[in-house]
This record gives sequence, C-alpha cells and structure tokens, in this order.
Amino acid sequence: MLWIAWKMLIGNRAKYLGIVFGVAFAALLIAQQSSIFCGLMSLTVSQILDVEGAGIWVMDPKVKYVDDVKPMADTHLYRVRGVPGVDWAVRLYKGIARARLDEGAYEQVILLGLDDATFIGAPMNVIEGSIDDLRAPDAVIMDAVGYGKLWPGEPFKRGRILEMNDRRAVIVGLARARKTFQTFPVVYTRYSQAVRFAPPERKVLSFVLADPKPGVDPGELAARISSQTGLQALTRQAFLRKTIRYYLLNTGIPLNFGITVALGFLVGTAIAGQTFYLFIVENIRQFGALKAMGTGNGTILLMVLFQALQVGLVGLGVGVGLAALFGWSTRPLAKLSFFMPWQVLVMTAVAVFLIVLLASLLSIRRVFVVDPAIVFRG
Amino acid sequence: MPIATSTTATAVRVRGVTRDFGEGDAVARALRGVDLDIPHGELLMLVGPSGCGKTTLVSIIAGTLQPTDGDVEVLGHDLVALRPAARVKFRRENVGFIFQSFNLLPALTAVENAAVPLIIAGVSRARALPQAAAMLDRLGLGNRLTNLPSELSGGQQQRVAIARALVHEPRLLVCDEPTSALDAENGRITMELIARIAVQPDRAVIVVTHDQRAYAYADRIAMMEDGRIVSVEKGTRRTAIGPPSQAS
Repeated sequence: MLWIAWKMLIGNRAKYLGIVFGVAFAALLIAQQSSIFCGLMSLTVSQILDVEGAGIWVMDPKVKYVDDVKPMADTHLYRVRGVPGVDWAVRLYKGIARARLDEGAYEQVILLGLDDATFIGAPMNVIEGSIDDLRAPDAVIMDAVGYGKLWPGEPFKRGRILEMNDRRAVIVGLARARKTFQTFPVVYTRYSQAVRFAPPERKVLSFVLADPKPGVDPGELAARISSQTGLQALTRQAFLRKTIRYYLLNTGIPLNFGITVALGFLVGTAIAGQTFYLFIVENIRQFGALKAMGTGNGTILLMVLFQALQVGLVGLGVGVGLAALFGWSTRPLAKLSFFMPWQVLVMTAVAVFLIVLLASLLSIRRVFVVDPAIVFRG
Repeated sequence: MPIATSTTATAVRVRGVTRDFGEGDAVARALRGVDLDIPHGELLMLVGPSGCGKTTLVSIIAGTLQPTDGDVEVLGHDLVALRPAARVKFRRENVGFIFQSFNLLPALTAVENAAVPLIIAGVSRARALPQAAAMLDRLGLGNRLTNLPSELSGGQQQRVAIARALVHEPRLLVCDEPTSALDAENGRITMELIARIAVQPDRAVIVVTHDQRAYAYADRIAMMEDGRIVSVEKGTRRTAIGPPSQAS
C-alpha cells in the first residue's frame, strides 16, 4: 500500500513539488538562520576555543563570560599552582587596548598577553613569521583578518609600528585566529609586554590557565581549585557553556533569530499544510475507492503519513542542502558567521517532521470521514 | 410489494431495509422497506429512475453504507451486525466494484490499477502484477498494461476497472452504471464482458443501470421506484451473449 501511496504522491508533479517547496523553504530558513545563530554564538567563545592545551580556566569569581574580565592579583597564579593535582598553571592577560596606527588613526584591539616562557594560549596557525618572534622587544603578532581591517588591501609588512598606551609595538607576524564577537583585531604579545601596553592598573592578571596532572579529572580539579583559592575555576567546556549562556540570556540575539526560525516554521507549515490538504482533497475519491475496496482507516493513515514523511525527507534534504550551500558559498565573506553543527540538523529535522505531521493531521480527518460510498456518486 | 427471491443458494438476502438521510424535519427516506434475494450465479439488474434508491441499495449490499433499519445478509455475513473493521475485511475479501466513473488511480498504469485489490489484500507486487496482467489479457488489454488511465479510451478504462473488480475473484460483484460513461459500442462490449467473464456459479453480480440496452444481459431485472422494488422480471442473459469481441 505504501507503494500505491508513493505513486499517488508523485503522480501529481505540480502538487508534489509544491509541498516539497513548502517544506524545503521552511527547512532552509530554519537551518540557515540557526546556523548563523550558532555562528554568532561561536564568535562569543572564539577566544576560549583559540586557547589550546589548557583544560582549566581560573578567574575572578564574578566573571560572567570570557569578555567580562575582572583583573586579579598576580599572586593568584601561585595559589593555583599550589593546588594538588595541578600539572602547570600560567598567566593570561586579556583586555581591550587603544592602538594608534602609523598614519595616526586610532583603533581598538583585543590584546592577549601570553605566558612569557611557554606562550600557552598562542595562536596555532602563524602564517607570517613565527611565534618565537614574540621574544623580540615590543613584538606583537596580529590576526590576519584584523590586519586586513586596519590596512585594507595592503600586503603584510613586517616591522609595522603600532602605539598602545604610548608604547611602541612592532608587528612581527600574522596568525589565523577565529573571528571574535567584538570584531576587533586581535594582538598577541608576551604577558610582560601586554601589561605595559594596557592602561595602568593595580591588578592585571585576567586568567590563569591550568592543566591537571595525568589521571586527574579536570572537573574535579576545577572544583578543588575553586574551593581552595576562592576563585572561579572552570573546565574549558564549562567556560564555553557559561559564556554562551550569558549571551543567550542577556542579549536579544536568540529572540531575534528565534522569531525568524518560528516564522520559517509557520510559513513552511502554512505552505506545506495547505498544499498537502489540497492534494488530499483532490485525491479524496481515490481514497474513497481504496476504502470501498477494503482498505482500512489504519492503512489509510499509514499511507498519508508515509506521503508526509516522504515529502518531509525530500524537503529536509533540499532545504538543509541549500542552507549548507549558502554557508559554503559565503565562507569568503568575513562578516558572515555560519556554523552548522549536527544539532542544527537534528533541530531542523524535528521542525520539518512537525510541519509534515501537522500538515498530514490537517488532511487525515478528511480521509477518515470520507464515506466509501462516495465512489458510487458519479 | 414483490419480493425478489430465488430457489437456488442465496448470495444476498435483504429484508425490510430502510435508509434515511438527514435528521429531523430534513430527513429524506431513500429506501422504504426493500426485500431482495440474489442467488449465486445470477446477474441481477437494478433499474429505475434517478433518485429511486438504486445506488443506496447497492451501497448497503456492498457493505459501504449501513441501513437505518432492516436485515442484510451477504454471502453468509450479517452486514448490519458486523463491526466497521469486519465490514472493511468483508469488502476486501468478497466484493468487487465497477464504478460509473471508473475511479482508476491516475498515477498507476493499467496493470498496477488492476492489481490494487490484490495489493490491498496483502499480496506482494511480484505476485499481484502478473495476475493482474493475465486478467487484463483476458479482457483484451494485454497490449496496454503499462499505459496510464489518461492514455486509454473510456472503454479501455472501464475494462481495466472490470479487471480490477475481478482480479481477486470476489464472490459479489457490484457494478454501478458501468456503461453510462461509454458510447454504445463500448457499453455493449462492457456488458458482454461482465456477462461472460464476471458471472460465475459461485458469484452474484448486481448491475445498477439506466441503460435499457443493458437489460438483455440480465438474469433478472428489479425495477425500483421511490425507495421500493416495484417489479422483478426475468431477463435474457443466456441468450443475449454474443461471440467475443474487442473494444476500441
């Protein structure tokens, strides 16, 4: 019977394509907007993701997210190192600095000060120069996208000068870094250098990056650090979640994207539901004939659900495919953030199947109540 | 009021059947106490003016409509007492339908349409399609198996409908105005096929028709008026069937 349902469905090409279009449109809108939302959210944690190797982030207890830096006393580094189970711990400076460019313009930059000895937290992909070049006096490495923003269209020029806090900084390399939520260029330097570039403050330590000894669970160690130092210690994953949760709860981003996703859902349901309903109504005599010939309502329900599932699968494939194509084709555009994790696919699939389920439920009643004697009316 | 009875084994037994449509002041009585017997192996024609209740009666006999009152026994089943699911099963196993407007599934080919009752009965496509093809071949459509209904003439579509009605070898065949959508020649061929192939010793055939040319193929003709059977006459089927012929 499912074979008959399939043939009935594709027998009317125009209606079939109309339903698929409605579902695909909804899937496209939901997947594309959700992926942009995920892209934006990934920007908020890009600086956590860029720091490889450190399993635990230690910070002031009041810090709410990665950009909410509350400076601590440098002595906290030694307190963290003293907690049993800590393999190593290093300092990280993170702040916003005002940079004066060589032509006199001012730009804000994200300043990251890495541990002088280990460079933990350094970008993994240095494309001009090397990370060891940071050992030179006043040396900084800038992210490539930021460099392009400050000097559009200009090739990399080693030795280019910036001024931060009236101190000279020399660009010695370029690195690929993840895009940041604030869109400012990212400048990497040594910790000891960074505190001189930053506005003078009594406390300057932003984060302590730590890692557990082999065999020590990062979550347990983070809890131990917190209890012994009174600081906030989070695993990398926990800090990612905390930062994302902050943006979800304190900005209008999820609401705005949620509205678009909801609109996509409603429009998709309306188009698919209406077309599917018309398809069922047009075929009502055929369903009546099948009922007269001995097809039960249970089988009819299965047939309609199968038809709905079929258009759902095709529509989902087309919609998600188009969304992925959109993301792929906009990769060169630095201003667009597109990130499609598997959760977006699952959510889109759930939404699409809700759409087709609603569409089929709207229609199925018509088929259920159709009198098989309808076939005797000419 | 005459009771259409037969002395041979009875396939259909209808007693005192009434059927109302609507409620309260708007109620319309389509059947007013119909009694009817149809034996196995008989082709009964149900004739009468429009609105006299022919289609209502045949719908009740086929198990697609419940009477308001009365008894209906078809092939040993009390249709009034049967639960809805059992009535569906009864139709699936025992009844073949030929409709006025063919009611073929437009997306299915001729052979696929003819195989539908077998598919409904749970027969695999691999087994159903050859059976349907053989039935179409018997009806002279062996060369049209893969044509869609839209690619067939009205007469050919009706022959596909006949194949569909007979492919699962039902014991009751219900034909509703089988010739009304056809020209004279195709109408004659359709009735010949029904009379020659459909009527079997263990099968009863009911044909609802307005077409007086079809009367010649009946064993008996029951005349209905105003929801009642007003007369039952003997037909001439056994002498009317001519040599086999092919439709256009």
